Amino acid sequence: MKKLTALLLLALFATGLYAQSKTDLPNVTLKDLNGKDVNIAKLSNNGKPIVITFWATWCAPCIKEHNALNDVYQDWVDETGVKLYAVSIDDSRSTAKVKPVVEGKGWDFDILLDVNSDLKRAMNVSNPPHTFLIDGSGKIVWQHTGYVEGGEEELYEEILKVAKKKK
Amino acid sequence: MQKHILLVTVLALIGFGASAQSFLENSQVNGSFQTDAQYYMLDKGIDITDLNGKKFGINGFGKVNYTNGNFSAGIRFEAFLPEMNGFRSELNGVGLANFYATYDNGFIGVTVGDIYDQFGSGLVFRTYEEWSLGMDNALRGARVVLRPTNGVTIKGVYGRQRFFWAPYLEREMSADDYRGIVRGADAEWDLNQSIPSMNDSKFRMSLGGSFVSKKQADQSLFYYIPENVGAAAARLNLGYGNWAFSTEYAYKINDPSAINNFIYKEGQALMASLSYSQKGFGAVLQVKRTDNMSFKSMYTGKQNDLDINFIPPINYTHTHSLPSMYTYSTQPNGEMAAQLQVNYTIPKGTALGGKYGTKLAFNMSQVNDIVRDSIMDNGQMVINKKGSLGYASDFFAISKHRFFRDINFEIDKRINKDWHVNAQYINLYYDIETIEGHAGAPVVQANIGFVDVTYKINKKQSLRLELQGLWENEVHKGYEVEESEKKDYQKRGDWAAALLEYTISPHWSFSIADKWNYGNPVEEYRDHYFTGTVTYIHDATRVMLSGGRQSEGVVCVGGVCRTVPASSGVTLTVSTSF
Repeated sequence: MKKLTALLLLALFATGLYAQSKTDLPNVTLKDLNGKDVNIAKLSNNGKPIVITFWATWCAPCIKEHNALNDVYQDWVDETGVKLYAVSIDDSRSTAKVKPVVEGKGWDFDILLDVNSDLKRAMNVSNPPHTFLIDGSGKIVWQHTGYVEGGEEELYEEILKVAKKKK
Repeated sequence: MQKHILLVTVLALIGFGASAQSFLENSQVNGSFQTDAQYYMLDKGIDITDLNGKKFGINGFGKVNYTNGNFSAGIRFEAFLPEMNGFRSELNGVGLANFYATYDNGFIGVTVGDIYDQFGSGLVFRTYEEWSLGMDNALRGARVVLRPTNGVTIKGVYGRQRFFWAPYLEREMSADDYRGIVRGADAEWDLNQSIPSMNDSKFRMSLGGSFVSKKQADQSLFYYIPENVGAAAARLNLGYGNWAFSTEYAYKINDPSAINNFIYKEGQALMASLSYSQKGFGAVLQVKRTDNMSFKSMYTGKQNDLDINFIPPINYTHTHSLPSMYTYSTQPNGEMAAQLQVNYTIPKGTALGGKYGTKLAFNMSQVNDIVRDSIMDNGQMVINKKGSLGYASDFFAISKHRFFRDINFEIDKRINKDWHVNAQYINLYYDIETIEGHAGAPVVQANIGFVDVTYKINKKQSLRLELQGLWENEVHKGYEVEESEKKDYQKRGDWAAALLEYTISPHWSFSIADKWNYGNPVEEYRDHYFTGTVTYIHDATRVMLSGGRQSEGVVCVGGVCRTVPASSGVTLTVSTSF
């Protein structure tokens, strides 16, 4: 049993190394705030970068991060054409609150609902907040877990790199 | 052992064998790991005088997904060596806990293996996994999803639920493992996506319905246990412009179980929510009634074991350490609840809004018991008696027995580029006797407040100070506690807490915190809970080391939240995803 364990861990580790290559967005369908289906694999922003953040109404650092992002979002859009999708992992406890919270806080992002945590599982998110950066060809090029004050600066540097590459 | 090696080799060969150029190019692998390890120490100060031979607790998982076009598959390996304190001892062990393979081309999706899914809001079916709680009720079996036309989704599931490490095959199951088979179907119709003329309509509507049944063997010597128990639910979502309304009703036939004390009453649940939102303002009102809706695939199941459905609590989730000490948990045998939440942002550029706007939030939630009236059953007056119909309940009557109430008000304000303040006041009513089972202990009625101030030293560095207080109305210093009831007064009375965090974006966070139960009626419980934490984050990798005393609750440091059980010692968490 121990050998099998070791073998499996080794295999996992090896696949981990192999997987350093960029991956696509998974084939998962979520709903937007109007109930419309959105297939994540088909998200596109005309060759410009996309940011996907995972958050929840009950996650204090997530709210902080999104308040901070909202303050700078319009500038980022003007400068890089980036588009941000904020994926709420609220389950049926709090799904009904997502729209009132988003509107009440005045956020300008596109919101998607991952009520069954399908995308969270497919993208291997353990704890929110968790942020992904997707380049113009739809590949995940960077990700980050957690949020501390000023963390949006690092994200912006990464967005700039991706946006420049495109030109 | 040899069999396993053979299997791995064969799999590897298939992997390489199939390495036609295009196949490899489309192959993608991703995954994640997490290890939480604790080293426990004796701590007489908080009554930890015996570790019961347990110095370490380690929870770990590794998970890998493989995708290739419409095909995906994955495994999750888990190790609890042994499980950390506060997790169920049945988790102790190592193994392949979860695997699945899916093919989905948009029209049809087929999954075999461990399935996580939910129908509607989960009132009759929801399987999910929550690592921080050690909870996993995945359905091992098969699922088919059909999307015959735009806006129509039909699902079917079949299988047996995960029960820690218990085997799934009938012939391997132990004699006291009565887990049944779960079967379910669900259909949803979204009119806006399905009818072209409604695609861009301001009016939105979707309908859904589900049916779930469990097939279980009757092993009881005393009662006739129904071998098939069915539950059905119907739901409706409506929207018009800024308004949204949604509701779901569920019904379950008689389902005697350990949770409902083996009564033969039917179960019912109703949930509804109404919301209005526009830029800068959002309000939502939710109501809920549940009666005898615990639904498990094993009728002897306890606590959260083998839940087929999910009854969502609809109260506010607090994340600061003092208010989260008294988090409400759903009462499976029945409750009536309501909640109102309002979010409002005072616009930028006004006198009260300032340069950045001021964010306000109000929330009120209350949960009461349902009314249970005695009825005649086999010529006898009964209430909640085993083997009887149990009771009758007026659908709209609300019992005077209040379980929980939370009224809170929050203000969030960026003062200028460097200063940010967040403050909340909470008025709490918490029936600790019902919710935590401390018989005879007085209700927790408390005022709680916190102030959370962040100062940005420069672009990368910042300081955050958090001050909290909890003051009980009745139970504090001087409250008479009998020697024999002392145990029920741990954590009771007044509390103060402080936390100082220094962060260097984007990698480092250092924090020290103390929680002090200074106003406990029992002198020996007036303890301090000191902790120190260092967190390092690099991209999607997080390493967190903390030491000190931890009381039960939700802790958020370095920007991530999780629930932790009480302990004294050192905790290390390492997680990464790729």
